[in-house]
Amino acid sequence: MTSIAAEAAAEPSYLKAGYTLRSWLLTTDHKRIAVLYMISVTAFFFLGGAAAAAVRINLITPEGAILTADGYNKAFTIHGVIMVWFFLIPSIPATFGNFLIPLMIGARDLAFPRLNLASWYILMFGASFTMYALVAGGVDTGWTFYTPYSSMFSNSHVIAAIIGVFISGFSSIATGLNFIVTIHKLRAPGMTWFRLPIFVWTHYATSLILVLATPVLAISLILIAAERLLGIGVFDPALGGDPLLFQHLFWFYSHPAVYIMILPAMGVVTELVTAFSRRRIFGYSFVAFSSLAIATLGFMVWGHHMFVSGQSMYAGMVFSILSFLIAVPSAIKVYNWTATLYKGQIALDTPMLYAMGFIGLFVVGGITGLFVASLAVDVHVTDTYFVVAHFHYIMVGATVMGYLGALHYWWPKITGRMYPEWWGRISAAFVFFGFNLTFFPQFILGYLGMPRRYFTYPPEFQVLNVMSSAGASILAVAYLFPFFYLLWSLRYGKIAGPNPWGAAGLEWTTSSPPPKHNFPEIPVVTAEAYAYPVAADGGATHHG
Amino acid sequence: MEPTKGVELWPVQLSQHAQQVDWVILAFTALLVVLVLPVFAAMIYFAVKYRRGSMADRSPSASRNVWLEASWSVIPFLLAGVFFAWAASLYFDLFHPPADSLGIDVVAKQWMWKFEHPGGQREIDTLHVPVNTPVELTMISEDVIHSLYFPALRIKQDVLPGRYTRLWFKADKVGEYHLHCAEFCGTDHARMGGSLIVLDPEGYQRWLGQAGADTSLAAAGEALFRKYGCSGCHGANSSVRAPNLAGVYGSPVPLDGGGTVIADERYIRDSVLFPKKQVAAGYKPIMPTFQGQVSEEDLLKLIAYIKSLS
Repeated sequence: MTSIAAEAAAEPSYLKAGYTLRSWLLTTDHKRIAVLYMISVTAFFFLGGAAAAAVRINLITPEGAILTADGYNKAFTIHGVIMVWFFLIPSIPATFGNFLIPLMIGARDLAFPRLNLASWYILMFGASFTMYALVAGGVDTGWTFYTPYSSMFSNSHVIAAIIGVFISGFSSIATGLNFIVTIHKLRAPGMTWFRLPIFVWTHYATSLILVLATPVLAISLILIAAERLLGIGVFDPALGGDPLLFQHLFWFYSHPAVYIMILPAMGVVTELVTAFSRRRIFGYSFVAFSSLAIATLGFMVWGHHMFVSGQSMYAGMVFSILSFLIAVPSAIKVYNWTATLYKGQIALDTPMLYAMGFIGLFVVGGITGLFVASLAVDVHVTDTYFVVAHFHYIMVGATVMGYLGALHYWWPKITGRMYPEWWGRISAAFVFFGFNLTFFPQFILGYLGMPRRYFTYPPEFQVLNVMSSAGASILAVAYLFPFFYLLWSLRYGKIAGPNPWGAAGLEWTTSSPPPKHNFPEIPVVTAEAYAYPVAADGGATHHG
Repeated sequence: MEPTKGVELWPVQLSQHAQQVDWVILAFTALLVVLVLPVFAAMIYFAVKYRRGSMADRSPSASRNVWLEASWSVIPFLLAGVFFAWAASLYFDLFHPPADSLGIDVVAKQWMWKFEHPGGQREIDTLHVPVNTPVELTMISEDVIHSLYFPALRIKQDVLPGRYTRLWFKADKVGEYHLHCAEFCGTDHARMGGSLIVLDPEGYQRWLGQAGADTSLAAAGEALFRKYGCSGCHGANSSVRAPNLAGVYGSPVPLDGGGTVIADERYIRDSVLFPKKQVAAGYKPIMPTFQGQVSEEDLLKLIAYIKSLS
């Protein structure tokens, strides 16, 4: 292994393969494209975060502190649209999946490098429409675009926003397709399916959803445009349409989309837990197949968003029991991560703190998911802050924790430099604390009966809202820390070496940052994934 | 309105259903805490005991155990299944109002709730109901989707354009409680709310008297029945061959082309607006549509009139 890293280091790294802007914007190197994605989704994350800040500041007083009714409606809409389609969906797959899948399976690149670059341009092109909607005056439908409000009643820039989302969907489809073909065709000799890191399995499952679900979103958005622009009656009963049809189509995409957001993070956490306890994942095949089970069952639970919509009672019951069922593969993962720690060599470095934070928040999000899957309970809490809290525990608590964990763990591989560990740990602790202070009070608010998407609320809810806003301000600062210290580390961070964590996995056998073609020659794989202990080579093992 | 100040930690329970829902969530929380706490405890214990460099015993152990994994998947699922069934049975009840419910019509629009009592009393954003009496709301929207939400009763139901939905409850405490719109419906969504006022029976009667309606819904419907010309064909002395509407409400109607349909609110509404959709067997499809001519409120009055003929 040492020799691979040494040979790889003899070649210029992918970062030094060219210094011009052109060498970045026209690159077909999956690692550079991953960096392009990382820069873009970071920008979207802070933009969506600014909208969230406006929402939370407004809710400090019951009358609404800073925004008008319309201003508030536009703020939460743009927060949702940006965070879902321009941060969460591309976040882990398009950055870390892109960077790591070829490295993890021993390939030189993805199967379709130019398509990969095109995916990034498509996302940027889509984003430009959505950004236009934002600067032209905003959109006020909520990220869910429910009809007939979005198609016939809203006076905001619905069409520009949905064109942006529609276009960005093709980026998802192309990326998913690229991953599927790559994982099937470009595995190194000896890299059998059951030697793949779980990260690759979860990205495979995610890619299936991206390819199969995204077209349905495209269909529903086109139908909104047809009704809004051409007056073709699809959803508005006044034109002979059915408003619930939209909800079925929308959630047929958008529930699986939640698994697009969480599965890659589960893959990340599996890598982190194994690396920082230096243990093989407990129950490899259960964990691998549970990803596919989640992807499959994820397509059969959309109706649990519609228990009070007017869909049939029996449909509600079927969707409820299926939603209980999908908790099983999720629970398997949690139990198996915990069992992996047993007899491990555990180090609580920043990535591991994020991984453990992920597990804690994911469990809370999952449990409250069972509450909202319970029919009569959901009738009370749906469309309240309870649901807002629930899905933020999954999408922000879990997924953003996973993203930040990945960012710290693979930062030395991507940049060749270590981040400052002390700052990393402090930030992880602040993210965890700030997150819980922001969102835990929202469970109570929701159960007490505060509906979501309210710019003004009854005064008895103020105390909990102020707590939530206070938490949000801590969270905002905690998210800014890594932004600054990671930038700092690009220049001043300690040189990482090929394998600073002593981790298993092919990506750690090549130099940091890797050369343009990843490996001097295609590696031959002879061992299972997570073959610990790993002999730490040349790299600065950070724990001495 | 007398909202409680400060932090309220548990919402008022205004019905038996509300109590039941609270029991489901409390008991379910207890079960899940029992299932999850050992996991968190094990995580922390392992993180300390097996910290890198500690002297703990690390003799080789299995990295899989199918029985263990199967049992920690299946047993929690079966335990959770109890709560699926409990919550589902409460949901089932929500779809089955008692036959003797007091019927109140609800018409939603951006951004107000209009309520109409059987006696013709109308109110906006405030709903007066008698205590310990089952109340059934028949709801429709004039524009976008809304959702009528009574937190104290733990119930809500979306209110759709073009289709009736229902919600029933039996409030068991006199008082004033919030009602909200829970489905985002545009600019003033957050202001589309008001109060549910639960009165004792005498108080409710007094309120009905004070609210001062000239005519009951059914009587108003009868006047509309003549105004829109319905009586020309469906009236007792009509020469046109059209179904007699007396007693039709709630009974099965054989359809032209086979099948039957129960003549409920939906069927009557559709027959007025889309008369060619489900033609009664033995009649010619000659009725003109009234789409765009009859408001949702008038439709509800016409339905009240047709109901009164049964």
